[in-house]
Amino acid sequence: MIFNALSQAKALPLSGKVGLALVLFWLAVALFGPMLAPYPVGAFVAYDVFDGQSAAHWLGSDYLGRDVLSRLLSGARYTVGLAAAAAMLASATGTALALTAAVGGAKVDEPLSRFMDMLISIPSKIFSLVLVAAFGSSLPLLLLIAAITYVPGNYRIARALAVNLAQMDYVQVARARGEGRFHIAIAEVLPNMIHPLLADFGLRFVFIVLLLSGLSFLGLGVQPPDADLGSLVRENISGLGEGALAIIAPAVAIATLTVGVNLLIDGLPGRGKRA
Amino acid sequence: MTDAIHVEVKDLCVTARNAKGETFPIVSGINFALKRGEVLALIGESGSGKTTIALTLLGHARPGATIAGGSIRVGDAEITKLDRPALAQLRGNRIAYIAQSAASAFNPSRTIMDQVIEPAMIHGLMPRATAEAKAVDLFRALALPFPDTIGSRYPHQLSGGQLQRLMAAMALITDPELVILDEPTTALDVTTQIEVLRAFKAVVLERGATAIYVSHDLAVVAQMADQIVVLNQGRIREAGKAEQILHRPADDYTRTLMAAARPAIRPTPAKADLPAAPLLEIRGMTAGYGKIGKDGRPRIPVLRAINLTIERGATLGVIGESGSGKSTIARVIAGLLPPASGQVLLDGEPLPPGLQGRSREQFRRIQLVFQNADTALNPAHSVGEILQRPLAFYHGLKGNAARMRVAELLDLIRLPVALIDRPIGGLSGGQKQRINLARALAADPQLILCDEVTSALDTVVGAAILDLMAELRRELGIATMFISHDISTVRAICDDILVLYAGTMVETGPRAAFQSSPFHPYTDLLIGSVPEMRAGWLEESHAGAAPTPIGATGDHPDLCRFLPRCAARVEGLCNTTPPPRHPLAKAEGITSRILCHHGDESLIAS
Repeated sequence: MIFNALSQAKALPLSGKVGLALVLFWLAVALFGPMLAPYPVGAFVAYDVFDGQSAAHWLGSDYLGRDVLSRLLSGARYTVGLAAAAAMLASATGTALALTAAVGGAKVDEPLSRFMDMLISIPSKIFSLVLVAAFGSSLPLLLLIAAITYVPGNYRIARALAVNLAQMDYVQVARARGEGRFHIAIAEVLPNMIHPLLADFGLRFVFIVLLLSGLSFLGLGVQPPDADLGSLVRENISGLGEGALAIIAPAVAIATLTVGVNLLIDGLPGRGKRA
Repeated sequence: MTDAIHVEVKDLCVTARNAKGETFPIVSGINFALKRGEVLALIGESGSGKTTIALTLLGHARPGATIAGGSIRVGDAEITKLDRPALAQLRGNRIAYIAQSAASAFNPSRTIMDQVIEPAMIHGLMPRATAEAKAVDLFRALALPFPDTIGSRYPHQLSGGQLQRLMAAMALITDPELVILDEPTTALDVTTQIEVLRAFKAVVLERGATAIYVSHDLAVVAQMADQIVVLNQGRIREAGKAEQILHRPADDYTRTLMAAARPAIRPTPAKADLPAAPLLEIRGMTAGYGKIGKDGRPRIPVLRAINLTIERGATLGVIGESGSGKSTIARVIAGLLPPASGQVLLDGEPLPPGLQGRSREQFRRIQLVFQNADTALNPAHSVGEILQRPLAFYHGLKGNAARMRVAELLDLIRLPVALIDRPIGGLSGGQKQRINLARALAADPQLILCDEVTSALDTVVGAAILDLMAELRRELGIATMFISHDISTVRAICDDILVLYAGTMVETGPRAAFQSSPFHPYTDLLIGSVPEMRAGWLEESHAGAAPTPIGATGDHPDLCRFLPRCAARVEGLCNTTPPPRHPLAKAEGITSRILCHHGDESLIAS
């Protein structure tokens, strides 16, 4: 198993290896970051706001004089964990529904597709506001909001792929063999759409990071003094004019994370070969 | 015409780079020379490098390939030494290219005229009005319908054969000195091919252009070429005058190609121990697409009143042009398309019309083999997975037992057992088609529906598949429905033959009935359109000649559907009265049943 993964990692193109390294780095930060943080998350430790680099504060201080490195190390966990979980939930749900629609015929496809159209027409921020107002902000709720918001998009892409694949001769052969719908969906259609779906997953992941940052900015996301990477950028936005490290560091963090995820996915072996 | 060499290729070598980054030659050591106005044919299987060589004459190498050495001279231009702007000046101007698939070579959003005169416009050779007048002349010379107005149509409004001729018009608008034809008739029906070949011969060759004709079909080439170059794996196997290659081939490989082009008649195997009851029977079946109307016909009818029986262990050939409904018969039998009316009986028991309600046992007994193995095999699965699925599904075989059976199947289709873990993408076209066949065999079926199984393959590979099928039939006693557009293949392997035209059965009978005339006029056209491997056949053949003019056609739905193209139609009879189905006597007590007004005597006379 481990050997297999290693040999596959070796087979990746250079860009894929860079992506893999970035993703592994951020996973490590998410897992061990809080233990490595030099200061507590909410502690005011610097004398000046938007401080530059120093021996005491490697990434300077933020708009309230807190240690940026500590906040970054603690915040990565929210972004990586929450966004990855929500993206996975959204992709899995969307793809499962898309496969159901593709093999179920018009009677299943039509209601399901129209329901998704309805869902896609709800503005995601307003939808989140209503839900947060009703239930109060909590991590499971944020996860659910992000997932529901991105299910329809994934469904659309997956359905387009699946409907095309369901017309292929090998699916016709399977139908003429008397195979059930479940087998057709899982064994004949799904393996051929994995790669584009992974690319889609990469995109969703980035969007979810942005959505969560937006919610945090409105005070509806991760609650202070904790902060995810997105809210670190938002709360330090006033430092942008002076080029403070407090805003550059979390921005770079988001960039490396999302670029890493997409590089890794693009580097995975293409259609016909299994990842 | 001058005696000077017009096109000369010397020591041509084209290299490509493989996945590991190593450079290797795809074609090498290519030499030939052509006088002005001569036609050279490049013959070979797919992968032999024939298109690669043809493209180098345009100074083009496909992505990943480079022209590594040698010289290519066209007139006074040395193609290998020209830079990009100079090549652009040459292409579509002095050297023209006619591609295999005209349907995908035309831009669907622009009119035909715009595209046909485009080469002349790009090179600024003549004013637009002159170019359009010239195009109309070419349309007329190419025997296109409505030459004056056809230019204002769009590509989707025209048939494949018409587009192929329009592509020739596009190539010839600039009066090129060299025309390259890359398999221009391969994608066409035989009956269309003969029309296109006639048009090409009349226009391309008689304008004195030098031509390079790329094809895998020796019989087609025999009609066109002065010289033939036989290629195999990027090297010249044999080169010489057309007449010598066709009649006195010196090389073994050329002989193999010749043999494969003419399928040997395979004897009917003895079927003594099988009961005489028919295995599959179709009674009065009508099928089509769209909603079924009040009169019991679907909105777009495809098949009308089909009646057929297949005996145990017998082979039924179904033949017709594209769009005749051949594949639809197979789809109805397999249950993928429920018929609008009529019954399909398996072993005397009616089958449920659609997929619903069929038992697993019924599914097992009928297996479908699709034409294109590239799309019929799931690229995400390995050979073993594909063959194990029917074993597990129908026979409950798992684990080691299934693996053993897969090994047996691979042995049966003459593939090495080592392929078992190979993904489908790693197989050649012929190997894929064998796996496609083996998957049907894994179910242990009684009837295999083969939909054009050899059409996408090279002749040599296709012949091997046909041999394999004949052998399997002898060993396993499986009945086959063999769907094809190629009458010589069907005549070679089938016991009974059904000729389909626009969804109606026009002639049915035993194989022997298709060896000697008289035939139904459509069968006659089909047989007469198959090119023979000798020069001059195209001029002698009467197939595809314009039929005699006829008065207005009545609107009875059961009128002869072949009427508009029929060479033997009778004014006042064929266009007013539906034709009867009646027996047609052939030699020595062999009869076939035809759907036509004509009887034995009148058909011989025509």
